[in-house]
Amino acid sequence: MSVHVMNRFSAVTVVAVLYATAACGAEPNELEPGAGRDSVMANCVMCHSVDYIAMHASFMKRADWRKTVDKMVSVMGAPIDQDDIPVIVDYLTKHYSVE
Amino acid sequence: MPNRRTFLKVLVSGFTMTGPDLLTPRFLHAGELPSGAAESTVREALSGKGPLIKRTFRPPNFETPVEVFKDVVTPNRRFFVRWHLANIPRLVAENWRLKVGGDSVAHPFELSLNQLKREFAPVELMAVCQCAGHRRRFSEPHVPGVQWGNGAVGNARWKGVRLKDVLARAGLRPDALEVVFDGADYGAIDRTPDFVKSLPLWKALDENTLIAYQMNGEDLPHWNGFPVRLVVPGWAGTYWTKQLIAIRAMPKPEKGFWMNTAYRIPAGKFPVTDRFLSQKGEADTAITEILVNSLITNIEEGQHCPLGRPVMVKGVAWDGGHGIRSVEVSVDGGKAWQEAKLEPHQGRFSFRAWHYTFTPSRTGKQVLMAKATDGRGSTQPFELIFNPAGYYNNVVQGITVEVA
Repeated sequence: MSVHVMNRFSAVTVVAVLYATAACGAEPNELEPGAGRDSVMANCVMCHSVDYIAMHASFMKRADWRKTVDKMVSVMGAPIDQDDIPVIVDYLTKHYSVE
Repeated sequence: MPNRRTFLKVLVSGFTMTGPDLLTPRFLHAGELPSGAAESTVREALSGKGPLIKRTFRPPNFETPVEVFKDVVTPNRRFFVRWHLANIPRLVAENWRLKVGGDSVAHPFELSLNQLKREFAPVELMAVCQCAGHRRRFSEPHVPGVQWGNGAVGNARWKGVRLKDVLARAGLRPDALEVVFDGADYGAIDRTPDFVKSLPLWKALDENTLIAYQMNGEDLPHWNGFPVRLVVPGWAGTYWTKQLIAIRAMPKPEKGFWMNTAYRIPAGKFPVTDRFLSQKGEADTAITEILVNSLITNIEEGQHCPLGRPVMVKGVAWDGGHGIRSVEVSVDGGKAWQEAKLEPHQGRFSFRAWHYTFTPSRTGKQVLMAKATDGRGSTQPFELIFNPAGYYNNVVQGITVEVA
């Protein structure tokens, strides 16, 4: 439940610590250099650290990455421009897949 | 879209801030690792936690190193950490409230932590919390998801109040079908489905289902759901809602992503007996109880064993609440099996410790295996029952040792 919703419906008081790469300096953000890296950093890091990407590299193929990015958009609500999707999938396939 | 994560937001005034507890794992020095640990994975610690194996940093997903399970009770500092959503507010106990309501409740009400502790009978039990995706990394073929090894599980003594007592105060209506649970965590963007889970009424009313405020005699760690979490003994960890703030009894099935799409298993493939009928689809159904499983805890892959010297193989076994009937051990890759000795019972939802001693009589490689059987006669398979989400991996483990 978001804090925003909680405040509307209940008397819960919270301190929300919203973690930031910049603020804590410990989050891994090493991604292979290459075309499309900026799109990944701009679109994916909002919701999760990049180690999610490396964790899948040993078995993902292009189709798997495509499916994953589509899920992030359609299910998780990631605000990724349609034009960015192929760029991201290309980058992930080139640097973090078995293809 | 503004980057909301770059702000330390103070959303409500009137709290005492004890300092921002940022997610800053520190790298551990070799001296801090348990002796004999030859873990190749870098270990890190979250605030208030001991060394754990990092799978992902944000949302934090950290698993327990196997040698921790040498003790039947998993210490709070070493208990695995699993979150789906990146925003995990730091809750203040004094200000925490639990809302109890829903369409199938006659008298909605709110509870403070003091009220929860004082106005309901306390209950304590030992129970295993196991992530549905425990051992996912061993799936063949591999499947996406957090690549958990053998450490997305833990066993603790939980103290809390019975969920059924709290629901009774709210006055359950006869049409109640499911009980829905929400925690304080939320996604980085508004469109991300909130992590909302439900239980069938029968499981919610089970005397062992608790609203827990203690773990191993202490407050819950922040990363394990402080101040209050749901404890659903025998069922997958996905139902054990952390930072619990709202409970709703409802006359209809919960249809959110985390029930309707995630945490589902192909229907009829697994030897499960607990039913969640209101969540049953045509091809799949919501995951329910933990399947019988075991783990060798004191021997590592490739370990050297001296010829002619006794070796004690130790481990734990657990299941969905039928209790462990037996554990068998093989020292020849599964050809012959011998009964292991079970340690005293800690309750049917707990890890059951076991041990077996053998003396290697020939040099070369030997494969050690353990296989547990639960109280209903269900045992561990030798082949993975593949499913696309990588759940329910309770395949018999094999560890190769070198006798010289």
